[in-house]
Amino acid sequence: MRGSTRLSLTTHPPSPSAATRTASGPPRRLTRSAGLLAALLALAVVSLISLGVGARPMSLGDAWRGLVDPDAPGYSVVHQMRLPRTLLGLLAGAALGVAGAVMQTLTRNPLADPGILGINAGAAAAVVTAISFLGVSTFAGFVWFAFAGSGAVAVLLYAVGGGRSATPARLALAGAALNAALYSYVQAVQLLDTAALDQMRFWIVGSLASAQASIVWQLLPFTLAGLAVAFLLARPLNALAMGDDAAQALGANPARARAVGVVVITLLCGAATAACGPIAFVGLMVPHLVRALTGPDLRWLLPYCAVLSPVLMLVADVLGRVVARPSEVQAGVLTVVIGGPVFLYFVRRRKAVAA
Amino acid sequence: MRQAVIRAAGVSGRFRPRALVAAAGCALLAGAVAVVLIGSGDFQMSPAEVVRTLLGNGDPAQDFIVNKLRLPRVGTALAVGAGLGLAGALFQSLTRNPLGSPDILGFSQGSAAGALVMIVLVGGGSAAVAAGSVAGALLAGLAIHALAGRHGAHGQRLVLFGIGVAAILTGVNGYLLTQAKILEAARAMVWLTGSLDGRDWGDSAPLLIALAVLVPLVVAGFGRPLRMLEMGDESALALGVPVTATRVLMLGSAVLLTALTAAAAGPVSFIALTAPQLARRLTRTTGPNLTASLCMGAALMVAADWLAQHAVSGRQLPVGVVTGLLGGGYLVWLLVRERKSGRI
Repeated sequence: MRGSTRLSLTTHPPSPSAATRTASGPPRRLTRSAGLLAALLALAVVSLISLGVGARPMSLGDAWRGLVDPDAPGYSVVHQMRLPRTLLGLLAGAALGVAGAVMQTLTRNPLADPGILGINAGAAAAVVTAISFLGVSTFAGFVWFAFAGSGAVAVLLYAVGGGRSATPARLALAGAALNAALYSYVQAVQLLDTAALDQMRFWIVGSLASAQASIVWQLLPFTLAGLAVAFLLARPLNALAMGDDAAQALGANPARARAVGVVVITLLCGAATAACGPIAFVGLMVPHLVRALTGPDLRWLLPYCAVLSPVLMLVADVLGRVVARPSEVQAGVLTVVIGGPVFLYFVRRRKAVAA
Repeated sequence: MRQAVIRAAGVSGRFRPRALVAAAGCALLAGAVAVVLIGSGDFQMSPAEVVRTLLGNGDPAQDFIVNKLRLPRVGTALAVGAGLGLAGALFQSLTRNPLGSPDILGFSQGSAAGALVMIVLVGGGSAAVAAGSVAGALLAGLAIHALAGRHGAHGQRLVLFGIGVAAILTGVNGYLLTQAKILEAARAMVWLTGSLDGRDWGDSAPLLIALAVLVPLVVAGFGRPLRMLEMGDESALALGVPVTATRVLMLGSAVLLTALTAAAAGPVSFIALTAPQLARRLTRTTGPNLTASLCMGAALMVAADWLAQHAVSGRQLPVGVVTGLLGGGYLVWLLVRERKSGRI
């Protein structure tokens, strides 16, 4: 039995036999491709549901007609309000899921997540600084601050957490510490500036509610660039998972792969956080669940994550619109409420996580 | 390590002079800063005047300002600092981890959630908020202990469960904050940061009672078992320490202290993390350093409150802002250092 087909806490390097079997196994590739198609189908359905659910509910058919037919009654609602929101969920979800998968591979750490490790908090702290002290109020303005913040934290975390020798627990601890420090800064700024508090308390929990078409367009290039580089990085990262020596022997450049990986994480997390606030646990949960389906091969893992993370994100958003009518629960709250127990489960089912 | 022994009437006690001097120094520092803090404000008083008034020899105006207006606040600060210092020392000793503090383990978030429920959903007064924060912290403690489960609440597992619970509660707290009207949100935000504004003896009475009971119990009764426990469960058991009972009792005491400090002044961040660390550097001993941490916590708290009142001229910051910013910087330094020496 292949160890990687079980839901496994460690990011196992693919064993040589598994690698050859995937390369030479058309049936395996067929099931994986079929699975990816099914995932895409699920994404399409969830997107339609997301277009249909809201203050004025529509059937799936009406939602579709509202999307394509300019004369349909739901056209303006769908296009002006729900489509940007759905697209934002798609982009941010894909970004966070893929960033999580890259992070887990890069740190060889099953508990890695942009939220847990403080990357999102770094972006949040930088954005809060921009809003309050520099008067920046547009996405185009603060996305650069978000990049700076998440990049700085990624580097700091790597230095503090111990680089390659970091254990899962040590890294999670360093991340929690950074989270505590950064959020107390965010809190301090919010306190000194009530207007900023009013603007930020909705953003800081992570929400898709403020979506606008312009934000989606500005988020698009960053996310696409990040995803593209991540996919190109799949092969070197696969090699890296087997250890630095093996990776070098296979022709990969470990140092470069790691540096590019950090850039990818910064790009994806920074852009997603700037657009919809810090959203935790999407990047933790989805790669774990996907790994159970695809095994640890990143060439399959990353596309699956890119498709299934938005599914989770949109489901959380749609649930948030439904559970507390007439008000809304933010998507970021629901991902935490769903994802937190998953994190606890991962910790609990492996005694040796405290290595 | 140099030690001294006192023998009298058939009873002998062993102590480390350096640890004693460090604790006394911190206590003196806390007292000195407290006197300065009482003397500062719109009505300035010299330290000598403050001490004279505290001893009951001031004129009526001074007596009113010192004993009625400023002493309750400073007293609360001292009590909160001492409580946090002791709780932090207990947590760090029990988790055998320099980062094991209520901020990171989820207890602060638990008490914040309880308080937010009271502020936002119930709309209760300060007594209700205090009760909510105590209940929240205790519930979070129970949840983490139950999760850590049969393998016992120790070490890294406890920390990781705490991180998970803290993350969930942070999300819930954020949601509660968005459900509030802006005035309630601002009030909740001040509470969440930790503030000593307008605190009097009524706010800190439960904490003072708990300190009066728990400090002798913990420091005198459990200092030794805790030090043994740091050597590992098996060694401690072999040395005759009731491991489970000690751990549950001490964890309970630490959670209770955290909850009551939060009820008195909100979840003031980082005191519980930094006080035991600084105390350990002063005493240069391993072990929980309970007394020194307690005095150090009190000193840090009054010093932070002095800074909070004087850092920005013309306006008072909540004390939690100062501890958060200074503590955050210290934390990063600590992380780098601990990593270099391979302790985390």
